[in-house]
Amino acid sequence: MLLAYASILIFLIIATLFAGGTLLAAFLVRPRVKDTLKRTAYECGMEAVGLTTVQTNIRFYTYALLFVIFDVEALYLFPWAVVVRSMGAVALVEMAIFLGVLTAGLAYAWKMGALQWE
Amino acid sequence: MEETIQPKFSEPVFNRSHGRLLMPENRYWPTRMWKNPWSLPTYRRGAAVLAGLLSGAAGAAWLLGEIGPRVAPLYSMAEQYALSYGIPLFLVQTAWTVIKAAVLLAVPLVNALFAVWWERKISAHMQSRMGPMYVGRWHGALQTIADGIKLFLKEDLVPESADKIVHLLAPVAVIIPAILVFAPIPFGRELVYADLDIGTVYVFAVGGVSVMGIIMAGWASGNKFSLLGGLRSAAQLVSYELPRTFSVIPVIMLAGTLNLSAIAGLQAGYWGGVLPRWFIFYPVVGQVAFVVFLIASVAETNRIPFDIPEAESELVAGFNTEYSGMKFALFFLSEFAYVLLSCLLMAAFFFGGGEPPLPFLGFLPSWAWFLGKTLVLMFCFLWFRWTFPRFRVDRLMDFNWKFLLPVSLLNIAAAGVLIWFLDCWAAGLLGG
Repeated sequence: MLLAYASILIFLIIATLFAGGTLLAAFLVRPRVKDTLKRTAYECGMEAVGLTTVQTNIRFYTYALLFVIFDVEALYLFPWAVVVRSMGAVALVEMAIFLGVLTAGLAYAWKMGALQWE
Repeated sequence: MEETIQPKFSEPVFNRSHGRLLMPENRYWPTRMWKNPWSLPTYRRGAAVLAGLLSGAAGAAWLLGEIGPRVAPLYSMAEQYALSYGIPLFLVQTAWTVIKAAVLLAVPLVNALFAVWWERKISAHMQSRMGPMYVGRWHGALQTIADGIKLFLKEDLVPESADKIVHLLAPVAVIIPAILVFAPIPFGRELVYADLDIGTVYVFAVGGVSVMGIIMAGWASGNKFSLLGGLRSAAQLVSYELPRTFSVIPVIMLAGTLNLSAIAGLQAGYWGGVLPRWFIFYPVVGQVAFVVFLIASVAETNRIPFDIPEAESELVAGFNTEYSGMKFALFFLSEFAYVLLSCLLMAAFFFGGGEPPLPFLGFLPSWAWFLGKTLVLMFCFLWFRWTFPRFRVDRLMDFNWKFLLPVSLLNIAAAGVLIWFLDCWAAGLLGG
């Protein structure tokens, strides 16, 4: 089993070498022509107005929070799903309670308008 | 005698009954040619070429046989050879792993070369165009390689307002997970790079890291389009990650393992000698899980109809607006790597991996079946692009949180009931 993870480490090194190698090779062969206009941000040909650190919709943050809650739940679901067949009805009821609590949370978020894009 | 100039091309004629301009040869549209395309010689020739290609590929696969058992003796031979020269064993194993890793690295690269060409051909033919036809003689087969060389030689433009280091690191942070996810995929029997016991969790966990790269790209570009695209992308990717993960839970409940090759192997055999024991054929649960996984996978790969992050009519190109040359190529490569990964996962989870659909088709090796199923699913991905219009961003989120997520949660409950039912049935049969 440890050998499998060692091979993943080797694969990580090779993938990193690939990504770095292609970027480095492209860096060595590509042309460089200095031009100040090329270095402006592309906004459909217009001059960029204002800073790029603009205010963005708070909804993105809400979705990220909801995601964290449910992704942790998914992490608990995986080991449960592996053993549920051998555990029988008890495991099913326990997970139903756990999922029920979280689904109630989703229903609450829904009702309070957290899922509403304005 | 006066020379008459013949027109080179025939002029279109207005067909009054159909209200459109038609060429003289099609004037009586719909003609026999349109009603029965098989009367066209080009149609018959194309079908013959396609049939020849498919049967040739099947014959080659049959001759090659299973790859896994053929490679194992090679390794033991190399090991004995090395040991006779006094080379330590761990060096041989490391060298062998490096060779395997290099072969696995070729999978996403070759896939991108092929899939980009295939997508362009499919999109062209769906719009009655030809698509790339010149590079590589045969139907523009080398077009992607030419495009790759073009991207490789292009100047790298970084805007003044960009965060240079993060801008450089973003494509690297996207491509490394996109390559790493292929490690535990079983491409056939005994044909897996790292046979992880937690393969399913590994794939979802490593695949999720790419979101970081996309946020980095959006934030570091110093461009409002990029920032909006990156944020939308992050919101979409993390949202659709949930139903995608939950839709796999029923499969794991039925299989009782997280090992991908074990999940694929468990689907061997047939009900009544005809219907394969694939997880998609488990009543209701299998089909719902597959459809949810398919929709969420299309969303995860940022493809139409879920291409909000790079909606070109709204956001120029989204998070990769300010990327050019090789950095852009890496983003492109990772997108197609994730398309391939989704298709491989669907084939392994729901379509029995390398198991043939009918018992008598077992003469083809498992990797050929796995590849065939993957390509069929990939065709669906490319097909969707030319079939569905794009979602609006709020509808996209609503669809995920108010429909897909509850459905996938309900599906887990349904899978619990199904397992209880199956076990009772099995116990009843055992008890007599």
